[in-house]
Amino acid sequence: MTTLLDVKKLDKRFGGLHVTRGVSFSLKAGDRLALIGPNGAGKTTLVNQISGVMSPDSGEIWLRGDDATRLNQAGRVRAGLVRTFQITTLAPHFAVQRQVELALFEREGLTGRMWRSVDAYPTLKAEAQDILARFGLRAHAATATQDLAYGDQRLIEMALALALRPKVLLLDEPMAGVPKGDGAHLLAALDSLPSSLAVLIIEHDMDLVFRFANRILVLAEGAVLAEGTPDEIRRDPKVRAAYLGN
Amino acid sequence: MNTITTTEALAAPAAATAAAAPRGAPAWRAPLVVLVLGAAACALAPDQLGLMTRIFITALLVLSLDLVVGVAGLATLGHAALFGVGAYAAGIFALQVHPDPLIGLAVGIAAGAGLALLSGAFLLRYHGFTFLMLTVAVSQILLSLAQRARGWTGGDDGLSGFVMVPLLGRFEFDLEGRVAACYALAVLVVLFYVARRLVGSPFGLAVRGIHENPVRMAALGTPVFRRLWVLYTVAGAIAGAAGALSAQTNAVVGLDSLSFALSAELLVMLILGGAGRLTGAIVGATVFTLLHHTAASINPYHWLFVVGTLLMLVVVVSPAKVWAWVRRRAGGVR
Repeated sequence: MTTLLDVKKLDKRFGGLHVTRGVSFSLKAGDRLALIGPNGAGKTTLVNQISGVMSPDSGEIWLRGDDATRLNQAGRVRAGLVRTFQITTLAPHFAVQRQVELALFEREGLTGRMWRSVDAYPTLKAEAQDILARFGLRAHAATATQDLAYGDQRLIEMALALALRPKVLLLDEPMAGVPKGDGAHLLAALDSLPSSLAVLIIEHDMDLVFRFANRILVLAEGAVLAEGTPDEIRRDPKVRAAYLGN
Repeated sequence: MNTITTTEALAAPAAATAAAAPRGAPAWRAPLVVLVLGAAACALAPDQLGLMTRIFITALLVLSLDLVVGVAGLATLGHAALFGVGAYAAGIFALQVHPDPLIGLAVGIAAGAGLALLSGAFLLRYHGFTFLMLTVAVSQILLSLAQRARGWTGGDDGLSGFVMVPLLGRFEFDLEGRVAACYALAVLVVLFYVARRLVGSPFGLAVRGIHENPVRMAALGTPVFRRLWVLYTVAGAIAGAAGALSAQTNAVVGLDSLSFALSAELLVMLILGGAGRLTGAIVGATVFTLLHHTAASINPYHWLFVVGTLLMLVVVVSPAKVWAWVRRRAGGVR
């Protein structure tokens, strides 16, 4: 299996605060790596550096064999690296289907087109409808995004990410804010992610982490505390002390 | 600075309706309506062609502002700069090179687009208030440059002394202003259609997405800066066209075409008509210019009082609310 994402010795400081300390790991196709750690461990900061929202002070990020450290966010998306957000980040007034269509236009590199109407791309429209159907959102196609229940908005986060056909997917707490009973669609979506995809997931729900992940990376105070299979992590005394408590 | 907050507040829901509803209306319909109404107004009031021309040009300028404020969500108070540059460029071209109106129009468009391209490269790196203040700064710099460069611009006396040759070599600019009105209306309709196509295209959708949430758009892989830069340049081209029309139909360009007051007035017109829909820009410009004309002919000193009152009314009682109220009443009668 080829390595899709290779993170090498990332380091980042915010003034006196050392938020990322020499973090290295890699993802291959089919990997389901969970990034866990106490609040303030630097998980989201790490995802922000990998996705290109902020640049590391030192270290390298390689995507599918190419150095992506200097690429901006758009460039990384085009190279197949897509992320979701911990706090829902959508276009609130867009109809749900429009929102998905926009992701498809972007994937196909069509948003530079300035003349032909958005309604003149029937195949993309049909694909958007398919995606909505897959997430059980077909009935909400014409609803303004902000009028949807929060759980459904979390689904759109995921739908947009998958619409871009990523090779590497960074999921930043996909279940955050979703009421316990409302997560079924999201869990189903997580389970049915294509096996060719490499996934990095940040999640606080340990049941989900141990069910979903085939590898776990534990971050504490910006540094890698442990990495291993769920069983290894469960047995690791360092992890128990730092994170899992007793 | 109330204008800014109100613009932001009004721009959002307007963009909402435009984006949420499926775009059923074809792009040519609203421009066709403008063409018919404009032509009818000119035919019905042949003694008011000067006023009509002013409305058409102002509408074109507010349309350009709507692309920036209503569609892209960039609050600017320096839009007059793009208009003024187009006006001076067309005027100077007519005086120094060739007085053909269509070539002059192209020169005005190029000047507006050129300024937007240059200033946008710098301005669009900033957001919110910083962006707003920098747009003011850019237009003030241009104003003082125009004041200094008397040899080119005529300074405080304005740029005049150019006479346009007949349009397309056939239609001479007459004293009643018939050709001028038709010319301005034609340019307005064509560029209105262009703007509608633009907003309804994938590019327009991406720009509206940036207005909604730039972080989301970046995560979708949109080159946010580049999209805004192109949009700003197109808006500059349209503002430049309005400037060229103004120069050619008035045969004079004054420093007021670069003034802060004009930028602020344009924003008032946009709020009046509703931002983000393009049609609102044309309605706002028409209502404001008619009101200005009527109020100023009744009382030349206090017409701003009327405009101010109207603006307060529009902001407090938004047109959308009025429509909802009218619809409820109509429903109640039935």
